[in-house]
Amino acid sequence: METVSRHYRIPLPALAAATLALVMVALAFVFFVAPNDAVLGFSQRIFYFHVSIAFTAYACFGAGAWKALRHLWKRDPRADLESYVAVHQGVIFGVLVLITGSIWAKYTWGHWWVWSEDELVLFLVLFLFYAAYFMLRFSVDPGPQRANFSAVYALFGVVLVPVSFLAIRLAKTFLHPVIFTRHGANIGGWMLVTYCLTQPAVLLLAYTLYRVELAGKSIDARLRELRLA
Amino acid sequence: MIRARKVGKRFGEKRALRGVDLDVAGGAFAVVTGPNGSGKTTLLRLCAGLALPTEGELEVDAPRASVGYLAHEPLVYRELSALENLDLYGRLYHVPERRERIGMLLERFGLWEVRHDRVVSYSRGMTQRLALCRVLLHGPELLVLDEPYTALDAAGAELLDAQLAELRGAQTVLVSTHDPDRVAPLATQHLALA
Amino acid sequence: MTYAADVGALARKDLLLELRARDTLPAMLLFVVATFVVFHFALPAHSSQLAASGLLWVAILFTALLGLGRAFVPEREQRVLDGLVLAPCDRSAIWLAKSIATLAFLGAAELVALPVFALFFHGIGGATVAGVVLADLGICAVGTFLGAMAVVTRARDLLLPLLFLPLAIPIVVGGVGATVAGSPGRYLAFLALYDALFGVLCWASFEYVVTE
Repeated sequence: METVSRHYRIPLPALAAATLALVMVALAFVFFVAPNDAVLGFSQRIFYFHVSIAFTAYACFGAGAWKALRHLWKRDPRADLESYVAVHQGVIFGVLVLITGSIWAKYTWGHWWVWSEDELVLFLVLFLFYAAYFMLRFSVDPGPQRANFSAVYALFGVVLVPVSFLAIRLAKTFLHPVIFTRHGANIGGWMLVTYCLTQPAVLLLAYTLYRVELAGKSIDARLRELRLA
Repeated sequence: MIRARKVGKRFGEKRALRGVDLDVAGGAFAVVTGPNGSGKTTLLRLCAGLALPTEGELEVDAPRASVGYLAHEPLVYRELSALENLDLYGRLYHVPERRERIGMLLERFGLWEVRHDRVVSYSRGMTQRLALCRVLLHGPELLVLDEPYTALDAAGAELLDAQLAELRGAQTVLVSTHDPDRVAPLATQHLALA
Repeated sequence: MTYAADVGALARKDLLLELRARDTLPAMLLFVVATFVVFHFALPAHSSQLAASGLLWVAILFTALLGLGRAFVPEREQRVLDGLVLAPCDRSAIWLAKSIATLAFLGAAELVALPVFALFFHGIGGATVAGVVLADLGICAVGTFLGAMAVVTRARDLLLPLLFLPLAIPIVVGGVGATVAGSPGRYLAFLALYDALFGVLCWASFEYVVTE
């Protein structure tokens, strides 16, 4: 526990300030600089958030699995909590993917939910999977067993992502003929610049939230430690 | 054989054991006593290799195959017979001349007549005898016995006395008990947990 | 070779337990047939054969869940798992043996269920049977692994379906694809890929499920 504060170099307030600044700039670009989409108009701007958030959620799940591996492999005492917090952030951003995706679907195709959108379906599967992760974690007493179970299940998650993606692709051939095709990837100029700003902004936001939650949970654990001693 | 330095074990916020120092040399007969909840079972589980300490250092110089651990539960399948249970463990431990050894142990602990009966039909004392057979089956170097006299009748307890006396000196024994007088003649050292 | 002998001894014990107690296989058999009857009434008249094919996979999955939920119950009682974990065999052998045992029960249930399905609904092709075999491997490997975790949690029986179903979605996709698609090859290949990936993952990480 003593090593927690020593391990991280960027102080939290500075990180938070940088995140706030970058998010502001990204928002300004999304709403004032990026041009309206030729076909979809103003509503297309949610794409910047949707894609950035989806990528961030993957990054969180990946980080959670990496920390899980550190726990199992190196017995890093901090890794269990870090893995949990990363997965937690991943689920928060995953829910945001479902919400933004749903809004996008409504404005683009007129339905709140479309099964033909691979990524949306994948995030639904992942949401169910990681919701079960929390059920598992809260159904075991704190200790090495809970840490091991969580870690192993988090590792299943990173294997499930590509397998599910492949499965959803395969399922399409017998479930739905492709009716909607995603609006072409012909973004360029200011659109690309805007995306290149929102993506790091959302990633940094996730990292800041991760650090805040981790700091809170570490202090909590420390306090309990002191009370016990 | 066992070397513990300030060993402690916590389950989340519950502290089951703290600051235990223990040295058990090869061939020693160590007795652990202490009131309920003092961590006897936790200490024995650590020494048997079923759990890892959360603080301190613990070294046990015995490979898994040469540890015999008697738990509170008999660690046998209730729906299988005594023979089937011991046969399974005999295979897993790769005991040479398995059948003969199993027969000899069942005979010694008075279970030969009921060897084909399912464990669920046994009394607590008989189940404890079977658990002792399981522990001794593979001829362990280190015996970790948690309250071995539990549920045994007078005859069973005497059988165990004789068995422990036979093991003494040749094997290393770590035994927890509420009745230290019973094993006092055999004990080479004593650890009282508070 | 000792690994195979350990797995054999452990699997033999599970089959012996089932022979003794007879509580898993009859339950699975009754359940799967009852499910088919429910499906008959759940499918409106003139439903396509495709709908029935999809439901076959739902029936297989839920029947498997029934067996998987019971897989580690004998070990939970009396904490026998501690005894197995202490034995000098590789811990993954415990998982492999239990997977083989559940596979045997599931296979036995399907040996009855598939002909019954053919009788009630429509005939079954070779691709479906191949799909069932490949899917069974994945279901039993992953399900047994998760069952070992679920059985020691407070939620127990409640937890296994929640843990398992998101992981079983790819199996359903592969299975239904193998049943209804014109060229089932790639769906069977996908099922085999699933089995290989998750089989290795389970095999490598089971040690952490039963030890600290």
